[in-house]
Amino acid sequence: MKKDKLKIAKKKFNSRLIVGTGKYKSMSECAKAIKLSGTEIVTVAVRRVNISDKNKPLLMDYIDPKKITYLPNTAGCFNSKDALRTLRLAREIGGWKLVKLEVLGDKTNLFPDMIETLKTTEVLAKEGFRVMVYCNDDPLMAKRLENSGADAIMPLAAPIGSGLGILNKINIQIIRKQTKLPLIIDAGLGQASDATIAMELGCDGVLVNTAIAKAKKPFEMALAFKNAVVAGRQSYNSGRIAKTLMGNPSSPTEGII
Amino acid sequence: MKKIKIKVNGKVKTVLNNSKLSDLLNNLNIPIKKVAIELNEEIIDKKRTSNIKLKKDDKIEIVHFIGGG
Repeated sequence: MKKDKLKIAKKKFNSRLIVGTGKYKSMSECAKAIKLSGTEIVTVAVRRVNISDKNKPLLMDYIDPKKITYLPNTAGCFNSKDALRTLRLAREIGGWKLVKLEVLGDKTNLFPDMIETLKTTEVLAKEGFRVMVYCNDDPLMAKRLENSGADAIMPLAAPIGSGLGILNKINIQIIRKQTKLPLIIDAGLGQASDATIAMELGCDGVLVNTAIAKAKKPFEMALAFKNAVVAGRQSYNSGRIAKTLMGNPSSPTEGII
Repeated sequence: MKKIKIKVNGKVKTVLNNSKLSDLLNNLNIPIKKVAIELNEEIIDKKRTSNIKLKKDDKIEIVHFIGGG
């Protein structure tokens, strides 16, 4: 079988699962879940260094950025200015150009502010960033993002951390049909089968954080998501049968005794 | 030596006037390769921290990567 790799901004990845590093009980739990998930890309947040506790463990000591691609995010940014500031700093930490842009518009539903997101995408692309963009599941906005220089379209399945699964499969399929850019479901997945569905809809990958980190058994769930993404991709590539209203016997109807 | 007040990551710190940014980073035990630094909202080239002298009311932000989704 031909190697079926995920390509983002000219980089190739074997795993189609991207995992967030937030909400784990500890750094070591996070690192183990990441390892079990088989992911090659993790999202990370940019925050102030704790200057009063000099011995606080660092994420980089647990997850080696030379082995796993760090995808800095702009979580907590509610306007373009803050998002740009955050990602420029992220780039400065060690030359990170591949970034995840998310500009939120509402503190309770955490939906993206697409006008600010669009503006920011344009600026970042001009500055040489490779931008993976968290967005709503609106095909028109997805098209606009593509025209603004996005490197990956990452529509939400449902609100961040909600665990509701993919609420609008039709929109995801429409976005899939119209774009050749990597399409990654970001946010809102609750269980492994949600990831399979995303892949079966033709997505190139999924991004999961809470569903793994907050599962009762995060390590088991990391494995489940790993397998679910593989299963969904294989299923998509296999070409499913057409749906019919009536039954169609699986055994021959001739020679019945 | 005269002392001045600056802000580091939102907290007031007292340092010697004209002391260098690199001294501050050393004192705070900052792993320089794993952070980015802003001085008054301008990103600082990490190789040049010993050329920067701290002034009264300077605002410094030192950030790094933590877990996030």
